[in-house]
Amino acid sequence: MSTQVHHAEPGIFQKYFWSTDHKMIAMQYMFTGMAMALIGGFLAYVFRMQLGFPNKSVPGFGIVTPGKYNAVVTMHGSIMIFWVAMPILIAAFGNFLIPLMIGADDMAFPRINRLSYQIFLVSILVLLASFFVKGGAFGGAWTAYPPLSASGAYNLTPAGATLWLVAVALEFMAFLLGGINFTVTTMNSRAPGMKMYDIPMIVWMIVLASVIFMASVGPLIAGAVMLLFDQTLSTGFYDPTRGGDPLLWEHLFWFFGHPEVYVVLLPAMGIVAEVITVFARKKMFGYKTILYTAWATGVLSFVVWAHHQFVAGIDPRMANIFTVTTLLISVPITEMVFLYIATLYGGSISLTTPMLWALAFVAEFMIGGVTGIFLGASGTDIYLHDTYFVIAHFHYTFVPIAIISVFAGVTFWYPKMFGRMLNDTLGKIHFWGTVIAFNVIFIPLFMTGVAGDQRRVYSYAQFAEQARPELQHLRTTSTIALLVMLSFQVIFLINFFWSLRNGKRAGANPWRSTTLEWTVPSPPPHGNFAELPTVYRGPYEYGLPGRAEDYWPQNDPS
Amino acid sequence: MSTSAKPVANERSVTGIPTARLITWWVIASEIVIFGGLLSVYIMHRLGHPEWAAAASHTNTLAGAFNTFVLLTSSLFAVLAHKAADAHDGPRAAKLLRLTSLGGLIFLTIKGFEWTHDIHEGYVISSGGFWSYYYVLAGLHGLHVLAGMIIMLIVAADAAKNQELQRVECIGLYWHFVDIVWIFLFPLLYIAR
Repeated sequence: MSTQVHHAEPGIFQKYFWSTDHKMIAMQYMFTGMAMALIGGFLAYVFRMQLGFPNKSVPGFGIVTPGKYNAVVTMHGSIMIFWVAMPILIAAFGNFLIPLMIGADDMAFPRINRLSYQIFLVSILVLLASFFVKGGAFGGAWTAYPPLSASGAYNLTPAGATLWLVAVALEFMAFLLGGINFTVTTMNSRAPGMKMYDIPMIVWMIVLASVIFMASVGPLIAGAVMLLFDQTLSTGFYDPTRGGDPLLWEHLFWFFGHPEVYVVLLPAMGIVAEVITVFARKKMFGYKTILYTAWATGVLSFVVWAHHQFVAGIDPRMANIFTVTTLLISVPITEMVFLYIATLYGGSISLTTPMLWALAFVAEFMIGGVTGIFLGASGTDIYLHDTYFVIAHFHYTFVPIAIISVFAGVTFWYPKMFGRMLNDTLGKIHFWGTVIAFNVIFIPLFMTGVAGDQRRVYSYAQFAEQARPELQHLRTTSTIALLVMLSFQVIFLINFFWSLRNGKRAGANPWRSTTLEWTVPSPPPHGNFAELPTVYRGPYEYGLPGRAEDYWPQNDPS
Repeated sequence: MSTSAKPVANERSVTGIPTARLITWWVIASEIVIFGGLLSVYIMHRLGHPEWAAAASHTNTLAGAFNTFVLLTSSLFAVLAHKAADAHDGPRAAKLLRLTSLGGLIFLTIKGFEWTHDIHEGYVISSGGFWSYYYVLAGLHGLHVLAGMIIMLIVAADAAKNQELQRVECIGLYWHFVDIVWIFLFPLLYIAR
């Protein structure tokens, strides 16, 4: 151990479950998120098998009954967004990177940080417990619209619905605590010399995401309490026969739910910005413009939510307004993508594994963005609403966000986190296997969606008029591609755990990067910096003429 | 192993605002969104349902008014506690904080009598739109009063030993926020007809 005074070597429990060290909490969030991703992936496997090979027993699960199908679909959506994307993108990367990148020894409030993870863990236990209660896990879709979600007589999973709601509320609380901590730490605890525009982009993006989350989730927390009382105390907040309004939930939910898309998108954009800049060996093009467009995205994200209600019944004049705002929000996002491409232009590009993931993010997310135009415009949305086109669209946004950018980030910072390099060959095999299979899953679903396949249909045996057997080969193709994509994740897991012990030693700065986390040993020791650094310049000084090295670290006084 | 030493990150103050005060403001901001969302929903529904006025007339305006007075008085003690903490007089700050939370206790006691009376008259949370919002809004606020009291007593215990005096101001800020929420709730739930 170091020369610092310690009373005793911490026990296993103290070290892994009761630590206030931001790096350990980041690892807790990351490994928990990875475990939840495996569960979410398994659920996707179950319902895709039912859709690709209807009414056959699914290996490892059994016959998918209608009730189980609803529960599996609901849990897949909830888990992937609330218990995979959020913990990994915001909590794991935020916790690991913010103190290291701003030159601090820890978060400003380490014990609040620990509490945040503990509440998050409890939320998972509540959620997993709901699989085993009477009636099974909640089956009312991850958006939980009343009256379906409000009454056990409709959703047939009364206990599961309540547990789901409690789990989501706890998860919100965990991320409120974590996000406030990130924001305060970044505002107040930066190294001397680090001015606003010297903050690395990923830190900005995580803080912005935390602020957007905080500003949007409040009404839904209140709404969740109201839904909980509708379920358990027979109030009528969402019951139109008793003076309530079911549409109210949709507004509260999407007032949070649509900003939430940008809550997870911005950190992903931040990871990609870091990776692209390092591997283009060129100064980030338009740092301030990227930042301002991110702010613009954040502000606009609060006035787009009602595009989810085009079919639910809102005033057509409102639908027009929300069409305009929805189309408008693609402008700042497109601006960001252009700036990333401009960063690449004329750079000295090396196609390492993290760079491949980052480039794939830009390409795949564009498809998600462009198909969103059809859904944001109220006219086309009325036709496409609730079809597989919608599913394919948001998976072309969420898979790049929660999977592709996460792989970019994990492969990029793995050497810093664990002190070893990942195997590049295995990394590239994993990359191509995942990205190609991903496209083969969802391109067929765009086609079935345009042809009119409805979401949430468990089996066409009961809906013969919608069956269209000529589309079945597309549904089956999608399922088989999912099996391929899932099996390629085994390569990643092998690479990840094998390299922990056997990877090449990374050294402090394997990517020859400029930001502060690369100035400390890998993995960083307790307290991070032997001597807390001073910052002299912005984070993206690459390819400078007249200097011996092509990168100029932020803390280099020369 | 539970190190009581604070990280350097906690002691820095790049914005010039002390870290403890800064996080308090962010917590209050997140609370404003919660109460703001709920209050807007209630106001919209109240405007859409004029018939709720009949139910609202059953609330005890006098008890509500007295509770407003109690909360405002307790906020005065919170301000005085802050002043004492600024003068590094921890024991006095602790005494004033305990008086503040006594105000919270009186508030909750009166609330308890009110609700008992309402429930005996048959007005429970599922008795209709107004009553559902009445219990949820006042209940959520009451929980905040309770949480504030508990935190205040913990802060007071430290302050009595002249420790962590910066927390006196923070819990005071929070208490004022809880007070202001009540200033919105009182007219909207008790006076509006």
